[in-house]
Amino acid sequence: MASRFAYVAYPYRHVPDQDTAVPAHHAVIVAGGGLVGLTFAVDMALRGHDVLVLDDNDRVSVGSRSICVAKRSLEIFDRLGIGARCAQKGVVWNTGKVLHGDRLLYAFDLLPEKGHRFPAFVNLQQYYVETFLVERFAELGRGELRWKNRVSGVTPHDDHVAVEVETPDGPYRMTCDWLIAADGVKSSVRQALDLPFAGESFHDHFLITDVVMASDMPVERRFWFDPPFHGGKSALLHKQPDDIWRIDLQLGPEADREAEMREEAIVPRLKAMLGEDAEFTIDWSSLYTFQCRRMEHFHHGRVVFVGDAAHTVSPFGARGGNGGIQDADNLAWKLAAILEGRAGETLLESYEAERVPAADENILNSTRATDFIAPKNAAMELFREAVLGLADHHAFARAFVNSGRLSVPHNCTASPLASPDQGSFEGGVAPGCPARDAPLGESWLLERLGGEFVLLLAGHDPAQFAALGLRVLAIGASDDRDGLIAARYDLATPGAYLFRPDQLVAARFRAPTAAGVQAALERAMGQP
Amino acid sequence: MTATLDTSPRLKRPDDVYQALMDAQKTMTAREADLFRARLVLLLANQVGDDAVVLAAIEAARPETS
Repeated sequence: MASRFAYVAYPYRHVPDQDTAVPAHHAVIVAGGGLVGLTFAVDMALRGHDVLVLDDNDRVSVGSRSICVAKRSLEIFDRLGIGARCAQKGVVWNTGKVLHGDRLLYAFDLLPEKGHRFPAFVNLQQYYVETFLVERFAELGRGELRWKNRVSGVTPHDDHVAVEVETPDGPYRMTCDWLIAADGVKSSVRQALDLPFAGESFHDHFLITDVVMASDMPVERRFWFDPPFHGGKSALLHKQPDDIWRIDLQLGPEADREAEMREEAIVPRLKAMLGEDAEFTIDWSSLYTFQCRRMEHFHHGRVVFVGDAAHTVSPFGARGGNGGIQDADNLAWKLAAILEGRAGETLLESYEAERVPAADENILNSTRATDFIAPKNAAMELFREAVLGLADHHAFARAFVNSGRLSVPHNCTASPLASPDQGSFEGGVAPGCPARDAPLGESWLLERLGGEFVLLLAGHDPAQFAALGLRVLAIGASDDRDGLIAARYDLATPGAYLFRPDQLVAARFRAPTAAGVQAALERAMGQP
Repeated sequence: MTATLDTSPRLKRPDDVYQALMDAQKTMTAREADLFRARLVLLLANQVGDDAVVLAAIEAARPETS
């Protein structure tokens, strides 16, 4: 169904690469210009690298799809230059409500803590985010995006990858040093390499519909178990920009796909929920079943998988798009360092070491939520009924009610790039964990960290680190205007944090020395 | 708290407790009884309040180890 979003058909262009006798060579080819591929491409362009993005389509995401943009994604997007745009266009929400029948079981505030630049979530249609990324990529003027170019064949070699591409003018070949597979859950790169994608499929069908409706309903995530308007199943209601509401209705395993997708089947379901007199139009709808799968390895020689191509989850928890964005964030600075000869290829082993456990965490949470929402057998269904019944009356049972545990970034505490604490820290942010934002002067800590290695110093003299070739951010009490850096990093007493280019903590020190920081830096660059 | 499951006799009046369990289910349908027991498990698990002990009880209740 057509959306009210004004899709631009990006032009397919015939390029000289299609006519060369010898396949043209590119340093980096990205298969897939979706949310994750574009995030990666913009990051690489910002780091001064030309990448070639190939997209099989000629437009951004058809349908709103991944609408919940988590705080960490907004922070990454801010580094890429589209954070403010996303936050401004997006619908900010921090409150979620879970209902059983027509009773409120509980409400939660996702970001009870003040002093962060970005909210816990904004809702923003994937087509907007991708449009912002396409525009940002063009603005940076590095690299190239080729529409209607579909990677159809991949031949890996020790020192390069040969790629076959289908276009409206027929196929052509190229070679590249690195192929980044960001081509989604049905990844043709993964299929070309015949790599397994193990996991499970869930049998329940879910009808996902965007309706255009002027309404003053509150801006919050509402999830119902067994709602009066959709008995025995679950429902989700969520606000998007442009007066669009996301409605997600569980249909069960027996749903007739074709029948359910007809407007005359959808409209009565929506009227039951929104009221007989509600005035709305359907903007987009789709019928899904979900799966949780991942590749065993994300890194295969000179082919690296990111996003849904590498791992896929059900949508409960908003862990698909947000997880993929973190993949791109993790990979870009590492590949840039390798291309610049500042790091060896072994640095890519840390991409896998960090992002496989992240994917597993997302799959675990997503599987648990899906199992609760759509019980697989009689025992699971029985316990769910028991939990929901108890939750009406008892606080303890509400903790079992699972409508999705919302995306938070993975803490890579076991990362090979993270150094052990040097000195004693009470709380704070452990090595391997993403930076926590806080006000800093007239700006924000994460904004000041940017996308390179930074040594944050509190109460130590920056002079001794001048020779390291490292940006030093020395903060005094007046910079930390609300005392939140001291509180969040346990820096009320002097200390130092070394941040990576993806704003994860690499190391922290009570009494930093140039030699100690240098050693942590080398470790964070993958040097043994 | 220890993480071990205490399977020594702990109730003062086991016959009374057992009878109360049986009486509660006496007039229930199979479905009602199933739900009753599921609720009971959840209430008791929370009352134990020690995740490791609950996990040990789950292991101990499996058919092959009971």
